[in-house]
Amino acid sequence: MTPMIDLTDVSKTFTLHNQGGAVIEVLSGVTLAVAPGECVALTGASGAGKSTLMRVIYGNYRARSGIIRVGGTDLVRAEPREIIRLRREVLGYVSQFLRVVPRVPTQDVVAEPLRAVGVAEAEAGERAAALLERLNIPRPLWSLSPTTFSGGEQQRVNIARGFAHPYPALLLDEPTASLDAANRDVVLSLIEEAKARGAAIVGIFHDEAARARVCDREIDVGRFTPARAA
Amino acid sequence: MSPLLSVRGVTKRYGTHIGCADVSFDLHPGEVMGIVGESGSGKTTLLNCLAGQLAPDTGEVIFDTRAEGPRDTRTMSEPERRMLARTDWAFVHQHARDGLRMGVSAGGNVGERLMAVGARHYGDIRGKALDWLERVEIDGARVDDRPSTFSGGMQQRLQIARNLVTGPRLVFMDEPTGGLDVSVQARLLDLLRGLVRDMGLSAIIVTHDLAVVRLLADRLMVMKSGHVVEAGLTDQVLDDPQHAYTQLLVSSVLQV
Repeated sequence: MTPMIDLTDVSKTFTLHNQGGAVIEVLSGVTLAVAPGECVALTGASGAGKSTLMRVIYGNYRARSGIIRVGGTDLVRAEPREIIRLRREVLGYVSQFLRVVPRVPTQDVVAEPLRAVGVAEAEAGERAAALLERLNIPRPLWSLSPTTFSGGEQQRVNIARGFAHPYPALLLDEPTASLDAANRDVVLSLIEEAKARGAAIVGIFHDEAARARVCDREIDVGRFTPARAA
Repeated sequence: MSPLLSVRGVTKRYGTHIGCADVSFDLHPGEVMGIVGESGSGKTTLLNCLAGQLAPDTGEVIFDTRAEGPRDTRTMSEPERRMLARTDWAFVHQHARDGLRMGVSAGGNVGERLMAVGARHYGDIRGKALDWLERVEIDGARVDDRPSTFSGGMQQRLQIARNLVTGPRLVFMDEPTGGLDVSVQARLLDLLRGLVRDMGLSAIIVTHDLAVVRLLADRLMVMKSGHVVEAGLTDQVLDDPQHAYTQLLVSSVLQV
């Protein structure tokens, strides 16, 4: 089966122009492939570059070299509008932090990815409501902006938003951190359902039991970390 | 899909001083592009060159017109350019009073632009003006009041209604949230985002506020001393800036 997410020899460096032009090599020689329906966990010590790799796959960080194909589009060479289309239709990303326009009600925040792909307002709202319900966000909060919610609530709103549209490829950055047992179980079920419908998933999970339940493989990012001069 | 606006080598000098130099980019339908940079970096000069308010010294500004396809707006006649400015283009100024007629009622401000493109039926014009006041969250009861009696945020929303009522395809915005307090800014950003999405607008937004472009713009151009030093996907330019100046700009933002 053709991989949904396919990286070949990807490298990433940061050049800090305002700090003496220091060049930091973060990743090199990253080659990995994720098939539809597969969930791959990125592991490695803190600072190994797990989140950096995730951001590189999303196009949030610019790869220095290599090929990153998601659903056939090479993010390293794509025009911004191609990446935007890819993110709207194909590639979802649940980051650790919710970033929203202040004042927008929670239900609209969750429905937005659906509205962006042309789902009618009423239907998008219903699907958002179903997800919020499932993730145990109290109904009176749905009409309020999530900016004032607790950390755990914000994270669940972020997850609801990330799972609203059935993306064929998903990046999950610690989706179960700071959740209680019941909500953690809901999130893991959402991941299992996404796999069952054929989504290719790359995730970071510090929660080992969660990793064992939903992930098919683990990739130690440490092996892509260039040796640093001490 | 062909670009809505195609900019090639636009340069504007003020004597020996460079306003903007050799700027090129394509803007496609539905795209929102931000232009950021410090005061004096040339971003407003560039915007005015693109919107036909300043004549560039060299370069091409090719707009995909409805009737005749791609045309260089620099070589158009003045009446043709004015017609574009009333129909397919909109210009939202930083200071609402530059974009509004302060002595005319709110409804008149919106209706005037409709009349400029040929609307004559008073009832229709008033109906549409009321509809637009509602869309920008101005109470319909204020339709006959002059904008001079409005708050700054309301004036800005009225300016947006006046600009969008004719269904433009390209909106130029110069610091649209500048000078407004933060709660009013948030409301305006939310409104603009909704309008851009629902009307499928393309927009070019000049601002020095990185938070505004993060929320509104798909793409970003960073200007310094009249030159574009970096361009790309908004979140990529802000989170992984490549150029020394962009790195300085991003790291200089105060955290709340």
